Amino acid sequence: MDFFHVIVVLLESTIRVSVPLIFAALAGLFTERAGIFDIGLEGKMLGAAFAAGAVAAITQSVWLGLLAAILISIALSLVHGYASITQRGNQIVSGVAINFIVAGSTVILGEAWFRQGGRTPALAEGARFQTINFPFADAIREVPLIGPIYADLLSGHFILTYVAFAMVPLSWWILYRTRFGLRLRAVGENPGAVDTAGISVIWMRYRAVICCGILCGFAGAYLSLAMTAGFVKGMTAGKGYIALAALIFAKWRPFNIMLACLLFGFLDAFAIRLQGNPLPLIGQVPVQLMQALPYILTVILLAGFIGKAIPPKAGGVPYVKER
Amino acid sequence: MDSIAIELRGIDKSFGLVHANKNINLKVRKGTIHGVIGENGAGKSTLMSILYGFYQADSGEIHVDGKQVSIRDPNAAIAAGIGMVHQHFMLVENFTVLENVMLGAEESRILNKGIAKARVELKRLEREYALEVNPDAVIEELPVGLQQRVEILKALYRRADILILDEPTGVLTPAEADHLFRVLEQLKSQGKTIILITHKLREIMAITDEVSVMRRGEMVATRTTAETSVEELAELMVGRRVLLRVEKGEAKPGDVKLSVDGLTVKDSRGVTMVDNVSFNLRAGEIVGIAGVAGNGQSELLEAISGIRRAVSGDVLLNGKAIDVTGHADPKELRDRGLAHVPEDRHHVGLVLKFEESENAILGYHHDKRYLNGVFLNVDAIRKDAEQKIAEYDIRPPNARLKTANFSGGNQQKIVLAREMERGPDVLIIGQPTRGVDVGAIEFIHKRIIEMRDQGKAVLLVSVELDEIRALSDRILVMFAGRVVGERDPDATEGELGLLMAGVEGRKEAAE
Repeated sequence: MDFFHVIVVLLESTIRVSVPLIFAALAGLFTERAGIFDIGLEGKMLGAAFAAGAVAAITQSVWLGLLAAILISIALSLVHGYASITQRGNQIVSGVAINFIVAGSTVILGEAWFRQGGRTPALAEGARFQTINFPFADAIREVPLIGPIYADLLSGHFILTYVAFAMVPLSWWILYRTRFGLRLRAVGENPGAVDTAGISVIWMRYRAVICCGILCGFAGAYLSLAMTAGFVKGMTAGKGYIALAALIFAKWRPFNIMLACLLFGFLDAFAIRLQGNPLPLIGQVPVQLMQALPYILTVILLAGFIGKAIPPKAGGVPYVKER
Repeated sequence: MDSIAIELRGIDKSFGLVHANKNINLKVRKGTIHGVIGENGAGKSTLMSILYGFYQADSGEIHVDGKQVSIRDPNAAIAAGIGMVHQHFMLVENFTVLENVMLGAEESRILNKGIAKARVELKRLEREYALEVNPDAVIEELPVGLQQRVEILKALYRRADILILDEPTGVLTPAEADHLFRVLEQLKSQGKTIILITHKLREIMAITDEVSVMRRGEMVATRTTAETSVEELAELMVGRRVLLRVEKGEAKPGDVKLSVDGLTVKDSRGVTMVDNVSFNLRAGEIVGIAGVAGNGQSELLEAISGIRRAVSGDVLLNGKAIDVTGHADPKELRDRGLAHVPEDRHHVGLVLKFEESENAILGYHHDKRYLNGVFLNVDAIRKDAEQKIAEYDIRPPNARLKTANFSGGNQQKIVLAREMERGPDVLIIGQPTRGVDVGAIEFIHKRIIEMRDQGKAVLLVSVELDEIRALSDRILVMFAGRVVGERDPDATEGELGLLMAGVEGRKEAAE
């Protein structure tokens, strides 16, 4: 059953490329639901990937690498928070600035420290994440249908992959079932209501920004410690923006975000898969077109196929008490 | 009953150069309804924001129940038993009633436990104060009257004993306002203390026990309501005698200047906002359109003035058709003698960042008087502006000042001067005195009546029923996009109120 096999492989790589999108889009969910637009997801992810690669290369510890990724990402988030919450600056400008600073400084620091053209040294086995194989995966693989699904789709991923998918219901629970989530969503809709209820708008927003930093840290660490064995310059390659698109496409809802990220991931995996293979009926398709496909679809989907995406009402507006 | 619920001593607050509150003293007795009145910018809202911990006073003391308290943030105010119903509701629109009430008073980190408790407590409050509202309704789907009820419930849920209401009736129908007053009476009878901030003198007289008047940041007087009069309060507010109702003679209607026939307008979502409206407007008369905000008056004005395209209908200006369903061009309409004072002067009437003289010619800048070839003749424009400033008593008299720096009343005068000065045949005015001080209201009303007496046709839209009754020669009432009735200006408020609420009109239409 060759066709079935192709599908399984396609879905397996869909999951693999979706993971950083899910982390980053959920990161964006926390800040944007709190009323802070974050175009700096890309930069935070890239900074985190670099920190993870560098620290793991030096310490040979994958966990220290992950920790460094999260800390750097939180630090960058706090810069964005300081600019947009405390200083009431323009959130887009602040986010773009972070993207540029990180894109440049990771290359400079990487070259200065490791002298490998902006890369971090390739990581040995102990310094990067290993895939986890479920029990009996190999034994069951030959069973038709269930076998490949269990062995290749469910089993054999990195721990961060499982964390990413667990984050989806967890984020939903935090946002909709806890006091923190209620206040966070309120602060993104009408900060005045939160302020008059005796809750600090500023502190709420900083906490949202920190949540974003943690999740972006996971996204970056996944890129340099799991997907590849080390940091490569510019390795986020626009994933932060795609995640942002997924966030809007999903109308700022956790489960929709997972589906949107899987869709974008699928397009990506599909494009990779089709490279060099002729399509039935159409024939050979240029590689460039296939690579551009996810982006083209993003534009089309965002332009008209999702209905009206209503962002959090206070999004992008710094909170100033009346008068 | 004589104990003091709240006492302010020597409250002083400045914002930069603006001295918003000067040495304010105020005593509010327990279990009473205490009114605080004053014009816009008199410092009422600042004072109440200090009481609610939104701002800190520069100096002064606050005593609650005889004990001095320090109110540094809304939390402290809530702890002191003070609740506030804001003019612009502090509600999260896509949350349910229950979520809004709980916000900030959730009891535990995980919502589930709190929700059940909040539900019970909400039920109890509803029963005790006759404040029914469905706890699972989403705020944005509720009418404003109910939204306000949620604000009151929020305060009561936090066990407020002192309730501050900031301009609570601005957005309500007369019937909703009456209901609110009944709720306030009920709260008072249960021992709550209520501070009512308003600029509507009639409300003060109707419901308060005592009233304090503010003017230019100072507390100028406190009176027992039963021993004062509307005239005295108005004088205290403005600092001079004011005519509350402008004198006006009999109207002498002439030819039909504007005729509207079967006009239907939909909004951007496709909802019918103006439904088959027909009326005539004659020279030398003022026709007032009454109605609660949002019943199609805005869309009617926009369609007639060429800002919004109508779906169907005929409009004749001086006997010649206006292409309301196609490309009615506001500039062309102006040239044909139709002037429009828009409802929303900040977004439609003025460019706030422009200087006064520029706004004074906005829309008339093609006029040869203001041009020097293809360039603007700045000298002529400023001279023209200075003339209007003198004529309309615009303050401060500075044609080069940024428009945003004028008060609401003076901004409105800038728009009025621009639109009236040319002597249009038809003048369409939306909300002429929204956000305008009592003193300026008198001036604006006089000007509108002058226009009529010069034989101009005036179409007036206002949500202030008093204004409609004071100025109009005929009153049309709009409800749900339709004109549900026509009345004389001496129709009673109750009669008009029923029409505005859509109660009488339906009967009338059925008959």
